[in-house]
Amino acid sequence: MWLNQLWFVLYVVIIAGYVILDGFDLGVGMLSPIIGRSDHDKRVLLNSIGPVWDGNEVWLVLGGGALFAAFPFVYASLFSGFYLALMAVLLVLIMRAVAIEFRSKRPSARWRSTWDWFFTISSAGIAFLLGVALGNILRGVPIDDQGNLTVDFFGLLSPYALLLGVASVLMLALHGGIYLTMKLSDELLERVERLVPRLMAAFFVVMTAVIVWTLFLPEDFAQNFRDRPWTAVFPAAAFVAVLVAWRSIAAGAHGRAFVASATMIGLLMASVAAALYPVMLPASNDAANSLTIYNAASEQATLTVMLVVAVVGMPFVLLYTAGVYYFFRGRVQLDEDSY
Amino acid sequence: MRDVILDRIQFGLTASFHFIFPPLSLGVGLMLMIFGIQSVRTKDPKWRQLSMFWVRIYGLIFAMGVATGIVMEFEFGTNWSVYSRYVGNVFGSLLAAEGIFAFMLEGGFLGLMLFGSSRLGNKMWLFATSMVVIGAHFSATWIIMANSWMQTPRGYEITQGPNGPMAVMTNFSEVVFTPSFIPRLLHVIVASWMLGAAMVASVSAWYLLKQRHVEIAKTMMRVSLPIFCVLAVLQVSVFGAQQATVVAKEQPVKLASMEGLWETRDCAPLYLFGWVDTANETTSGVSIPCMLSILVGFTPDTEIQGLNAFPDDEYPNINLVFQVYHAMIDLGMLFVGVSALVAFMAWRRKLFTSKLVLRILVVNVGLVFAAIIAGWWTAEFGRQPWIVWDQLRTADAASPNLSMTTVAISLTGFVIVYSVLLVVFFWLLNQKIQAGPPDPPDAEKIESLPDSFGEIFARKPRASSRVG
Repeated sequence: MWLNQLWFVLYVVIIAGYVILDGFDLGVGMLSPIIGRSDHDKRVLLNSIGPVWDGNEVWLVLGGGALFAAFPFVYASLFSGFYLALMAVLLVLIMRAVAIEFRSKRPSARWRSTWDWFFTISSAGIAFLLGVALGNILRGVPIDDQGNLTVDFFGLLSPYALLLGVASVLMLALHGGIYLTMKLSDELLERVERLVPRLMAAFFVVMTAVIVWTLFLPEDFAQNFRDRPWTAVFPAAAFVAVLVAWRSIAAGAHGRAFVASATMIGLLMASVAAALYPVMLPASNDAANSLTIYNAASEQATLTVMLVVAVVGMPFVLLYTAGVYYFFRGRVQLDEDSY
Repeated sequence: MRDVILDRIQFGLTASFHFIFPPLSLGVGLMLMIFGIQSVRTKDPKWRQLSMFWVRIYGLIFAMGVATGIVMEFEFGTNWSVYSRYVGNVFGSLLAAEGIFAFMLEGGFLGLMLFGSSRLGNKMWLFATSMVVIGAHFSATWIIMANSWMQTPRGYEITQGPNGPMAVMTNFSEVVFTPSFIPRLLHVIVASWMLGAAMVASVSAWYLLKQRHVEIAKTMMRVSLPIFCVLAVLQVSVFGAQQATVVAKEQPVKLASMEGLWETRDCAPLYLFGWVDTANETTSGVSIPCMLSILVGFTPDTEIQGLNAFPDDEYPNINLVFQVYHAMIDLGMLFVGVSALVAFMAWRRKLFTSKLVLRILVVNVGLVFAAIIAGWWTAEFGRQPWIVWDQLRTADAASPNLSMTTVAISLTGFVIVYSVLLVVFFWLLNQKIQAGPPDPPDAEKIESLPDSFGEIFARKPRASSRVG
């Protein structure tokens, strides 16, 4: 059974890895029309994520595969239950890829600004939809005794879920903004430095609202923290990380601010996981139908094989990902390979 | 159980569309590695110029592959939840391993490969490229492995899960090395390399027809055509032929459908083309006598089971399987013919000047692609009515909580988005080909780029690689 617990942790790590890495790509996309005023500005912004966005998106594919392998019942129920919402996510993911590839192919200003809007809308759309999905997971969904969700697309658009969508957009816009402080220079840097504190304030307000509302949800998440008091370390440390990010931006320590922001996202994901554990998908109609890390997991043989795969594979992944980021460190300069 | 036809159309459409890109990234990737090795070996800037040209096309292929690949990773859960629960223990782990071992490798090094041509020396660029291309081959390996498990499942037992029966892994190495895995893997990889070589040959033939970039086009021809010709022959004689033996043993009803063979017999014929009349249980067309038996058992006495040996609720759509299969083998034989023509013209030293041969080579890549898709369809249509061979029927595997309307909405969405994507892809591809190879890089500049791990991690790469 420790394998189930370990895989739950690994799964949270993969999802957090996706949100942290692709999260700043999405943030850059959202901030592009606010910070970028000229075509040159927008190219600089796009190229700040140019060499890494494709690799970051791969974490989402890994998330899908790992969920399928370790918790196939969650994979099957969640994805078939959120069908149209997930199709919308796929649509915006494709839209973003096309927009990035497409925008600099023609010099026409109208052409470029059209694709820039696609880039921004799809980036915001991905962040929003993933937030809404998380909101529905926290709020619980009706699940029948065969594990099938009985909720339609509009049933997913509850006010709580929509608020989480907004919080997700703000969080990733902030994360992207902080990433950009490491990547931009001169006037663009000044603009983003002015913007980040405002984003931070807005995120802080919305996040507080989300936390308060979450405590009033039917599922008693506070009870889980009372039962496992040590897990309160995650939200508490996330709060500290926000403060560190705030101070670092003010002090011009951009690298430290980014690390703090990434840490905060990781800790928020850990907080969500701690609040839910051991449930992965709560059933709002009957707690007995909830999918947990025990009743929704693969058998021990599969989890063991998968653990070997992860232990062998993940260190390499982390090593070369770090190497590639190191290589592309520093502020953006456009060159012949740029988008 | 509800009608699953729309789910099948959607999965078939999205998988076939995705399948444009992975074989291209394997094949064009192989070409890029050859260019990279030549760069390191000869230091001739033309190889670097070729690398820089093709890496841009590779970037486009990869972006399309990722965007459409994510759809595949999620679509088992969205449309086939019964299947997902049934096979999650086995099939899911292969997909996850693909993610960790292969796809992450590709995605991680892709940035270095695409954006490294002006910042990395020859050796380091070759290293980054090799990682991406090896990653692409690993990726194909795990995916073919997963699909082969659906075709010839092994290493599992059926137990009672929380929502009905499910397959549980009993032996991982049996799951990995199912009987069809290695033969199918080799067949697909060789086909992908043929596609890559045909793609490079097609672009260079077009340049030669238009008298543009003539010297570099000849270089591309000299690299790609020998590979294409050798592989075309091997594919038909070895890797493709090997399939018949495996399918005959593991999926005899599929083989019978592929050849429209109704009665069990020895000296079974191999059709070149024909038509299966399922109502009257006859097949007519032009055939080579005894050839199927020879292919399967290497002697005309080999007995091949006919369709009548199986209950008709285990038949796939026989004529469809027959037609796509024959499209593949006829094209395969055509490629041997093209190879012979190319070899003859090269021997007569007319290869670069014969308009006819160049025109054939321009369109050849489209035919190779058609053969690849036809082959994939043979495997997948031929697997029906099973989603997991002999264990789970496709009709029982779809998500029960979806309505036809819901699937119709998403299917319409995919048709629209993928049509746009296809236009976008060809438009961008054409633009990159029209633009032609970039100017040859300055040899001195290449020398100044960091070209070992020490140089990359010891000094600031930006200072040395700044480009005006």
